[in-house]
Amino acid sequence: MSRNLFDKQSGAGANPLGMAVLSPALWLALLFVQLEKRPQPSKAMAYATPVLAVVLTMIFGGVLFAVLGKDPLQAITTIFWEPIFGEFAFFYRPQLLIKGAPLVLIAIGLALGFKAGIWNIGAEGQYIVGAICGAGAGLAFYPAESVLIFPLMVLAGALGGWAWAMIPGLLKVKFGTNEILVSLMLVYVAEQLLASMSLGLLKNPEGFGFPGSRNLQQYPSAHNAEIITGTGMHWGVVAALIAVIFAYVLLTRHSLGFAIRVTGEAPRAAKFGGVNPGRLVLFCLGISGLLAGLAGMFEVSGPSGQISIDFNVGYGFTAIIVAFLGRLNPLGIVAAGLLMALTYIGGDIAQSQLGLPAAAIQVFQGMLLFFLLALDVLTNYRVRFGKGETA
Amino acid sequence: MKFTTLLASAAMVLGLGGAALADGHEKTKVGFVYVGPIGDGGWTYEHDKGRLAVEAEFGDKVETVYVENVAEGPDSERVMTQMALDGADLIFTTSFGYMDPTNNVAAKFPDVKFEHATGYKRLHPNVSTYSARFYEGRAIQGHIAGKMTKSNIIGYIGSFPIPEVIRGINSAYIHAAKVNPDVEFKIIWVYTWFDPAKEADAAKVLIEQGADVVLQHTDSTAPQAAAQEAGGVVTFGQASDMGQYAPFPRVSSIIDDWAPYYIARTRAVMDGTWEQKDTWDGIGAGMVGIGEITDAVPADVKEEALALKAALADGSYHAFTGPLNKQDGSPFLAEGETADDGTLAGMNFYVEGIEGEIPQ
Repeated sequence: MSRNLFDKQSGAGANPLGMAVLSPALWLALLFVQLEKRPQPSKAMAYATPVLAVVLTMIFGGVLFAVLGKDPLQAITTIFWEPIFGEFAFFYRPQLLIKGAPLVLIAIGLALGFKAGIWNIGAEGQYIVGAICGAGAGLAFYPAESVLIFPLMVLAGALGGWAWAMIPGLLKVKFGTNEILVSLMLVYVAEQLLASMSLGLLKNPEGFGFPGSRNLQQYPSAHNAEIITGTGMHWGVVAALIAVIFAYVLLTRHSLGFAIRVTGEAPRAAKFGGVNPGRLVLFCLGISGLLAGLAGMFEVSGPSGQISIDFNVGYGFTAIIVAFLGRLNPLGIVAAGLLMALTYIGGDIAQSQLGLPAAAIQVFQGMLLFFLLALDVLTNYRVRFGKGETA
Repeated sequence: MKFTTLLASAAMVLGLGGAALADGHEKTKVGFVYVGPIGDGGWTYEHDKGRLAVEAEFGDKVETVYVENVAEGPDSERVMTQMALDGADLIFTTSFGYMDPTNNVAAKFPDVKFEHATGYKRLHPNVSTYSARFYEGRAIQGHIAGKMTKSNIIGYIGSFPIPEVIRGINSAYIHAAKVNPDVEFKIIWVYTWFDPAKEADAAKVLIEQGADVVLQHTDSTAPQAAAQEAGGVVTFGQASDMGQYAPFPRVSSIIDDWAPYYIARTRAVMDGTWEQKDTWDGIGAGMVGIGEITDAVPADVKEEALALKAALADGSYHAFTGPLNKQDGSPFLAEGETADDGTLAGMNFYVEGIEGEIPQ
């Protein structure tokens, strides 16, 4: 009954006709808005725009939910409040870490490259290969138990991701290929490799012919279990925190970090300054591949448990959003990763509790990136109202 | 430690809820976890029809919730836990990849009943599994396809090379070859249950290779659209009737009808008679439906197909009846022998006559 009531109210609230009447006036107003380039990118705006983007996403997302006949306030609070402070927060808070850790781990690596203008779009593939190598290293010893197995898996996962990223790296350095295309295409190769592994080499021999590896959660030596039960804190979370500190120190205290920043901001100046672009490409792709591989390895040995055809769920692509949402800044990425995790978890809660369609949640997440990128203009430009001088 | 205690106390609260339920004070809450969007027109769409049927049957006594597009893995585990915490009494998890997550969550919520579609793991007393004998429908498709193909090339869009899909390919081939020994199967694996773009591409490639019948084990209507565009290509609805493409190219369909099962299991939870079991029903029990065979199929073929359906339904004929050899020529079933459920459940080989290899 109450749900029907909301339908009517919100239907009246979001009158599409009213919007249509407004829009000519809006267009007229836009004519008088001038963008003026700032002499220096605004620091204040760089920090303010992510917050502004979140606020705008909430407003326009609320309108979207209202049009769908749901109470917008209830929907927004379900997504953002319920997982952190709701009745079952004790369950959702650890889930934030589980969902956020791979995003942060991958995004940190990507951000280093993005800062230097090196575009690794294929983290998803490196994530898959890292998981395959990590799980493979562990399963090779099944059912032997040893404390050495897990560290070995970590090493194998990191190496696997690194090696997969070296392919676009070496091709770029040696033959000048475009790393965006090569790394992206290798995602699809990795997906085929994953399918092949689930159906062949790593298939569970006791799985009645069904695809998928043994479950590493049931193999104590290889299980990336929670370090403290009930906190969601597994080794992947620890690795993500270490990576954040490492990236922060690298960017602020180390000459390599300086080289990365200069290359991104002024490539010619960097060349004159003695930066070897080839080595920088290999370093940035290598480190992002390594971290993506680690993320895959921690996921397969922990929360996911097994190599299966559908093992990858898009962390490698979502991490690109996280990297930009976090302003390519290590601390910003932590916040952005947790925020993305929150929208996923809250989004699923909103689906089941309020009956919101999954597509609406996806649009909502898309809005976040859209507003962030759109508002970026405020960092570099100043908005002026009124008719300015014609340039 | 703390977490398990909390979960246990949450479960206890739910247990109390369950007690209240027995007195008729509270609605029975049924959760559904879907792998695709409810508008896929195929697999998830039919599960959601089952959910709506549960609502229609029990009205105010039941509340249903669902989450669509749930990735197999940790995400599904979280969604199931969330439903259990929110007080669900019964949760249907409707994709093969939800198998381990379902059992993990079931261990934490012993008072909540779980029903996992198409899996085989029932590690806890509160987990049941259910599936449909889709291969019976494939036998009828194979028969019609073998009769209707003129190029003698039948295209097949496979999703994942798992036993369920391989069983379907074998069943279709056996019955196509029975009526048309010259028939040849071309199989494309798309590694997805639902991806209209990939499915359309696969259909186009098969049609270009000369296939004038395209069978699909994927959930979207994209192959139907591709066949319609190409003209003269026969298709069958998959998981859902896909009747919008009738009478041609869609000449019949396999329909998953989950409604009777979902209603029965929900009633069992309400009555307190729910017990763990493994259900594998076919045409006879009504879990597999055969969509209307259109007039594009010659009357005599239609009659034969309906006779085959009747024989499968009353159990007088089994879709895997010997003599049959495996692809490598080794014997599979002797004259008159039928395949047992164990062999069917784990089927990982082609029968003799199918070209190509199962991807490894």
